[in-house]
Amino acid sequence: MKARVYVTLKNGILDPQGKAVQQSLHHLGYTVIKGVRLGKYIEIELSPMSLEEAKRQVAEMCQKLLTNTVIEDFRFEVEG
Amino acid sequence: MRFGILVFPGSNCDHDCYHVLKHLFGQPAEFIWHKETSLHGYDALVIPGGFSYGDYLRTGAIAQYSPIMKSVRDFAQAGGPVLGICNGFQILLEAGLLPGAMLRNRSLKFICKDVFVRVENTDTPFTEAIPHGRVLRLPIAHAEGNYYADPETHRTLLEHRQVVFRYCTSDGRITEEANPNGSLDGIAGICNRAGNVLGMMPHPERCSEGLDGNTDGRSIFQSLLENRTVGRR
Repeated sequence: MKARVYVTLKNGILDPQGKAVQQSLHHLGYTVIKGVRLGKYIEIELSPMSLEEAKRQVAEMCQKLLTNTVIEDFRFEVEG
Repeated sequence: MRFGILVFPGSNCDHDCYHVLKHLFGQPAEFIWHKETSLHGYDALVIPGGFSYGDYLRTGAIAQYSPIMKSVRDFAQAGGPVLGICNGFQILLEAGLLPGAMLRNRSLKFICKDVFVRVENTDTPFTEAIPHGRVLRLPIAHAEGNYYADPETHRTLLEHRQVVFRYCTSDGRITEEANPNGSLDGIAGICNRAGNVLGMMPHPERCSEGLDGNTDGRSIFQSLLENRTVGRR
């Protein structure tokens, strides 16, 4: 079983890294870009369990450790 | 006053804190490995700077669950003074012992230089020996010191006088240029509502001895030793 967790900065939180990447892409000629936000992608291997239980546990992991909910949001998918 | 200095894998200012407390102030001081679980017999704790767990995931994120942290919570809850410096501040934020979070410096650079901070609250055990409004020259060394709190939390911080240090010019003016990292409201250090837990990005332990001609950091440790606001345990 595998969970894929996506961690992103909340809307309105300054993202200096995203800004720097955006500027670099602009320099490369990609003037169509209006904004870049950087986040994290985390893959978690899980022992077999019900989908429901897996989702419950992954949500808990996100709350407890994988994200800082003051500044970050998360979403995830679990596949059996 | 018996000091405990927490040591995590990656702490690197622990010996500086130890040196200042033990040799400069002549206080009993001991290192406490993060796998310990008891804080029995300590009067004050220092969570020193460094890169606990290599700053993996987020600064302070993994350290917040080290075995010793449960006792640190109890110690803080019971009113024991806890001083978190730099990475120690980041750990206190992640542990929820102080409100808010740290973002990357707005310049994206690791900044290592002396800055000026203005003492905004002298009613804490860490600042009560310092005259209100005094400007201190202290070194900073961090990449994630850009303090953030949502507007509601910020309002609460101000209401309860929890902002202890703000970045300022040498003559004590709070300006955008004097803010090295983009911190909200120029915040360099905050305390909890009770005042016994302080987190600060600048390093007072690096300018206490005066080897580089600066002893501005002394006043913070001096305050703690003279403090009347926190009962000795």
